[in-house]
Amino acid sequence: MSDSGASSVFEGPNSHIGRSLSRASARRTVAGRGRYTDDITLPRTVHAAFVRSPYAHARILKIDTADAEAMPGVVLVMTGAELAERSTGPWIGTLSCFEGMKSAPQYAMAVDRACWQGEPVVMVVAERRALAEDACEQIVIDWEVISPTAEAETALDAGTPVLHPDLGDNLAFTKTIDRGTVDDAFASADIVLEESFSFGRHTAVSLEPRALLADYDPGTERLTIHTSNQVPHMIQAVFARTLGVPEHNVRVIAPDVGGSFGLKIHTFGDEVAATAASIELGRPVKFIADRLESFVSDIHAREHQISARIAVSKAGDIQALEIDDLAGVGAYSAYPRTSVFEANQVLNITAGPYKFENYRAKTTVVYLNKVPTSQYRSVGHPIGISVGEHMVDRAAETLGMDPVEFRRRNVMPDDAYPGVAPSGVPVNDLSHEACLEKLIGLMDYEGLLREQAALRKQGVYRGIGIAGFIKGTAPGPQGYYGSGGAPIASQDACTVKLEPSGGVICTVGVTDQGQGVDTVMGQIAATALGIPLDQIRVIEGDTDAVPYGGGTYASRATAIGGEAVYQASCDLRREILTMAGILLQSDAETLDIVGGNVVTAGSGEIRVPLSEIGRIGHFQLGELPNDYQPTLSATRRFRLTELPYIFTNGIHGAYVEVDTDTGFLRLLKHWVVEDCGRLINPNLADEQVRGGCVQGLGGALYEHCLYDENAQLLNGSMADYLTPMAAEMPDIEVAHVETPTSESELGAKGAGESGTGAAPGVVMCAVNNALRPFGAAVTAQPMTPEVVLRTLGKI
Amino acid sequence: MSDETKTITLTVNGESVTKLVDARTHLVDFLRGELGLTGSHLGCEHGICGACSVRLDGDVVRGCLMLAIQADGASIETVEGLTASGEVADLQENFVERDALQCGFCTPGMLITAAELLREAAPKTREEIREFLSGNYCRCTGYHAIVDAVETTLTQRLEKSS
Repeated sequence: MSDSGASSVFEGPNSHIGRSLSRASARRTVAGRGRYTDDITLPRTVHAAFVRSPYAHARILKIDTADAEAMPGVVLVMTGAELAERSTGPWIGTLSCFEGMKSAPQYAMAVDRACWQGEPVVMVVAERRALAEDACEQIVIDWEVISPTAEAETALDAGTPVLHPDLGDNLAFTKTIDRGTVDDAFASADIVLEESFSFGRHTAVSLEPRALLADYDPGTERLTIHTSNQVPHMIQAVFARTLGVPEHNVRVIAPDVGGSFGLKIHTFGDEVAATAASIELGRPVKFIADRLESFVSDIHAREHQISARIAVSKAGDIQALEIDDLAGVGAYSAYPRTSVFEANQVLNITAGPYKFENYRAKTTVVYLNKVPTSQYRSVGHPIGISVGEHMVDRAAETLGMDPVEFRRRNVMPDDAYPGVAPSGVPVNDLSHEACLEKLIGLMDYEGLLREQAALRKQGVYRGIGIAGFIKGTAPGPQGYYGSGGAPIASQDACTVKLEPSGGVICTVGVTDQGQGVDTVMGQIAATALGIPLDQIRVIEGDTDAVPYGGGTYASRATAIGGEAVYQASCDLRREILTMAGILLQSDAETLDIVGGNVVTAGSGEIRVPLSEIGRIGHFQLGELPNDYQPTLSATRRFRLTELPYIFTNGIHGAYVEVDTDTGFLRLLKHWVVEDCGRLINPNLADEQVRGGCVQGLGGALYEHCLYDENAQLLNGSMADYLTPMAAEMPDIEVAHVETPTSESELGAKGAGESGTGAAPGVVMCAVNNALRPFGAAVTAQPMTPEVVLRTLGKI
Repeated sequence: MSDETKTITLTVNGESVTKLVDARTHLVDFLRGELGLTGSHLGCEHGICGACSVRLDGDVVRGCLMLAIQADGASIETVEGLTASGEVADLQENFVERDALQCGFCTPGMLITAAELLREAAPKTREEIREFLSGNYCRCTGYHAIVDAVETTLTQRLEKSS
């Protein structure tokens, strides 16, 4: 809603909206005073370590723990079967919103069979982590190895072992979107182009691994879990239900979180086991995943193979697109968010910026004896954007059109909203045209073309890439986790309170992992209330302290949590003005709050400071009429009502150089124009975009979980699994177009993931632009030197 | 497993410390667990990520690739020490101003590495700064802002000294 009153608040002289304020918490962490989970040690803390399956698929015949139990410092050894006895049962990672989806029951630790290399099998708890690891080495397990299913291509073949016989086959989920008249469009098309793609499996590699410190108090039967996590209320619900502790007795605290990126929104069996150990022992149990076990136990993501075809007219209009996706997930569908959202998003967003109606997209999701996959930053988008933008470039190339001109012709116009993307997902308030034009100027496209042409004469192959996108952010309740049966809130909430001092406490269900959520929420509250930022303390990451919410994922913190903060703060402002009106015997309508004081609206004459409102409101209530009881607090919740997602849009540009002798790529420069609606803190938004881009570039260029035919991970260390480091990464220039969402008064959309979504696609487009003289195109990610040289036919 | 222990004496952030440690204890585990200096972090424990970087007798080392007993007699500086001495106060301020840290887990190691570059007191290009920092992994920022903050600090220091 275009509320002119709200807009003036955001744009007024006292507004904190749109200001690049630095983060207060950064001052703490920059001094080495961060408090991450492993930095917290409670009295009598003991430490858990795990024996994990060395096989991708094997039956457990016998486990001998006797020697381990006798080792120094060992206080508990627990097998998967013993943990199962202490749990309410296995979980099943399906959601009813995915029709026909199936998954097998999964226990926190393997009970009679391990289904991936790295699945936890036995837990040892000891006085120190090293002692627990010593004891793990003394556990003897008799295994019977079973043939693993390692390849998605053959997972549904008749001769392939079925992971979970009760499911009948290895199919997790299949879905087809079919809009318009696709077959007719291809049959009558001027030009049809086909391509095949593959996207390697990768993983989050948050610098702080998964970490948990569980503390069960048998006296009060309270369970406190400190855990490096984005979604405290979900952890509360899942752990409570799995371990049979009443939810209201479970407190989940997310201290400083050392990176998460969607990794830390899932249920991990080792964390559940360590929590069960705390209940069993009645003392704190800490589990910190080490890096090697992270590679085989953190969720993986993005193992997809896609065939695509596009139909275009000679005039340069997209007439139809069809994609067929095959995704290899892990041994189980992740609980409770499933392992099929990624494929579902690929279907939703491919070719999302373009105005054509004939679209068919199918996915087939199959189980493999590998680490379970699930949501990871920019779920599905890197795949869909890479495919869509590559096909658009091929079409432009075939027609002899400039890729920019082709996009100008085909993107949805900025006045076409509300509308739907080709997949049928509703989109609103987008700005493809404005973003494209801004990008062309930002990157000096014409200048790059000239430079590229000049260098080609010298045998230097540089490529220019352009990739537009839509990005699903801030999901609403429709067809989503909660409605699908998962204990995950799509709403988020804020409670804001005026303290006696005149300071304000703002508690929020969304969480911060360094993005600056606390700063942004403070800016919103300060603006709505009319008080200085340093009068506000934002509290997040503690289920005992904050109102119930979904937490931070899917780029929802600012768009959903921020609107709750705005609405709650507006309510509190109204109450303060009402009380001030009574005290001052003035009409509340004639009063305003500016700079932490109640003032006369318009003139700005100070009438009473908020500290006086706070003092009287808490300590001197006798000064108020008996029939007036101010609460000086407000709670508001917010959820989407009209849309399933707030889709955002933007466009990337990339300039790369390909060494055609070695296959090495040099990323020379990267540009982004992003529309995340109203910008609360431009600098923080820019840094989300930049960091997101580099995470995407890692997947596009280096990161790959390599498995052999026995489904053994071959490169599960940071020495072998390559992540982007400073030397290889480009400078990234970021600009914005601001189209506030109509879903909220604040108008903010999500900003945290789109960099990751579009960066792989734009670099692929740029590399292929460079390789055009060779008639070659790279369609496999990561685009390693080997892939480039194979594409060039040099190896 | 190991039952061996050794008493070591070393200087940590200017203070002498004597402790009995397991021979197999890594330097960073000793600093974090025994001394409560939790500013140094464990990211990979195999020498790649740089989150455990500390100074040993003036040189930057990986705290996960050294045993505590190897630091017997040495002088160790951690991010807490660099903060207390004010040596990197300008760099830290620029990190905050430029938002060159998000989750902050890599930051102590990044600061210690950058401090080494700054001590060279020589002009550097952005490429050279990137190269210098390329042994420290950051998953959040994409490095651009870190390079900005280091470049700004270097420029300010060179201007001040000229």
